[in-house]
Amino acid sequence: MAKKKFVVGCFDDEAVLFPAVKKVRTAGYKLHDIYTPFAVHGLDHAMGLRETSLHTAGFIYGITGTTTAISCISWIFTKDWPLNIGGKPHFALPAWIPICFELTVLFAAVGMVLTFCYLCQLAPFVKKHHFHARATDDLFVMVIECTDKTNTDDLKAFLSNSGAIETDLQFAEADWWVGRYDNDEIPFENKQELAA
Amino acid sequence: MASLKEQFEIPSKLKTWAYALIGIGVLAFLAGFFKSGLSKDEHEQAIFIGTIMYNTIFWTLVCNAAMFFICVTTLAMGGWQQSFRRIPEAISRMVPIFGSITLVVLLYVAFSGKHEIYHWLDTEAVDKDPILKGKAGFLNLKFFVFWTTLAIGLWSFLGYRMRALSSEADNGAFDNVSGAKFIFQNTVRASMFIAWFGLTVGSTIPWLWMMSITPHWYSTMYSWYTFMSSFVSGMSLIALWVIYMKNKGYLEYTNQEHLHDIGKFMFAFSIFWTYLWFSQYMLIWYANIPEETVYFKSRVQGAYKGIFFFNLIINFLCPLLILMKKDAKRSYTLVTFMAVLILFGHWIDFYQMVMGSISKDYVTLGWLDFGILSLFVGLMILFVAKALASKSLIPKYHPFLKESIIHHT
Repeated sequence: MAKKKFVVGCFDDEAVLFPAVKKVRTAGYKLHDIYTPFAVHGLDHAMGLRETSLHTAGFIYGITGTTTAISCISWIFTKDWPLNIGGKPHFALPAWIPICFELTVLFAAVGMVLTFCYLCQLAPFVKKHHFHARATDDLFVMVIECTDKTNTDDLKAFLSNSGAIETDLQFAEADWWVGRYDNDEIPFENKQELAA
Repeated sequence: MASLKEQFEIPSKLKTWAYALIGIGVLAFLAGFFKSGLSKDEHEQAIFIGTIMYNTIFWTLVCNAAMFFICVTTLAMGGWQQSFRRIPEAISRMVPIFGSITLVVLLYVAFSGKHEIYHWLDTEAVDKDPILKGKAGFLNLKFFVFWTTLAIGLWSFLGYRMRALSSEADNGAFDNVSGAKFIFQNTVRASMFIAWFGLTVGSTIPWLWMMSITPHWYSTMYSWYTFMSSFVSGMSLIALWVIYMKNKGYLEYTNQEHLHDIGKFMFAFSIFWTYLWFSQYMLIWYANIPEETVYFKSRVQGAYKGIFFFNLIINFLCPLLILMKKDAKRSYTLVTFMAVLILFGHWIDFYQMVMGSISKDYVTLGWLDFGILSLFVGLMILFVAKALASKSLIPKYHPFLKESIIHHT
């Protein structure tokens, strides 16, 4: 839990945002994240984010589900408690396939939701700092993490030149924390510790 | 737009290949005709006719599925397919050609006076058979001829109307009013095709043409199953032609994003095909009623066992495992490989659906099957290439073309 210094630039147009992202990256600034009101196609690519591994995780969860179902049912019906059901063989694979399918889907779905929440750091009572309230409404909010050497005034001017309609400097918690907003801070009041 | 290559010139190599395949096919047809077609043995003869029958039905339905794809995406207000829509349109121009071959073959079977393939044509046997008597309202000569002719005629005609409308997008730019009218007309004609398609391919035609080879057996899944087979193969055929045209330097607006979506269709509907395969199989396996299991007797326990499960491996396991990853659907090599595999797999599927009922005791797969297949592949290549060359490759003024150019998956 460490507070860091961020420069925030707000854009009101995707068409301006994309070239700005490119400029920021070529200038060598460290992009913390970009908050958008909706999913913007190709933004992940422009930001240079790596491909998500969520689907690989999903595949592994699915396989786990299939294996669980097959091994569980086959053990029960052939070893533990064999029953004669309609004269079918004990190892009645076609009858099990729907259950294997359901368990595959269940494992994959639940596993992927949990993984997604973990990757996005979403959970009950977990809080993250809001850089700008209008990121959920109509602004594209680009957040750049500052290092010791970053000249914040230069960076602000750089963002304004790239088309940001609003820039500001924030000291904020970069990680998540457990708690309630009203105990720690009120996000919509713009309470900021400005740089001295 | 100035440098777009709109006019397809058929490479001589392609023509040579097509003619060579047709040549092999004709030779195989003649050899088969003299060996089995003229045979005194009715069963030998039925095998020969059946071989031609499943090939021609397969290719007619596959090419018809290309028009189905156009109509469905039109009704869904899809824009992404516009940059390569001339390919499925060209493939669907095969419907009248393959359709007439199918019509000739089926009419021959209906009027030949032999009952080896369609047992229900034997009126004396039907009179003694309470089950077939109950089905006589559907399975009779008059209805068969009428419905078959009507189905093929209307597929061709409604498809032609759809393609004619598409040509209007080459003539000149639309304004807001005429563009909206154009789109509306598209949806009207597409829905007419879809309605007729649902009545035929989606339900009655596979029952009439293929399921009735085993007239005592029935499955309500059968038509959807056949339709899915042909739809997945149709998507694979579209993918193959798109990739071929890309390799030749055409279709500049089509890229990996479009290929990705075609790959998704191939992947998703392979799974859906398996779903129907399994739904049909499991219920019959579970209930174990003799009049239902008769269809699977020769396939699961008889001579066709190998083909039956081989079919499941290449049509389900391979697409599932190979096409699952995003990178695979965006790779031209892998999609080409999978498209060929899927087409072959569903051809085998049609083979066992028809021949598994005609020749129950032994598998007939041999030189004749591959020869006839080569005839149809050759015809398909030749006529689709000609259809592609007859029209601009890009519907330049289509209102949704921009959507296809900037398509992003």
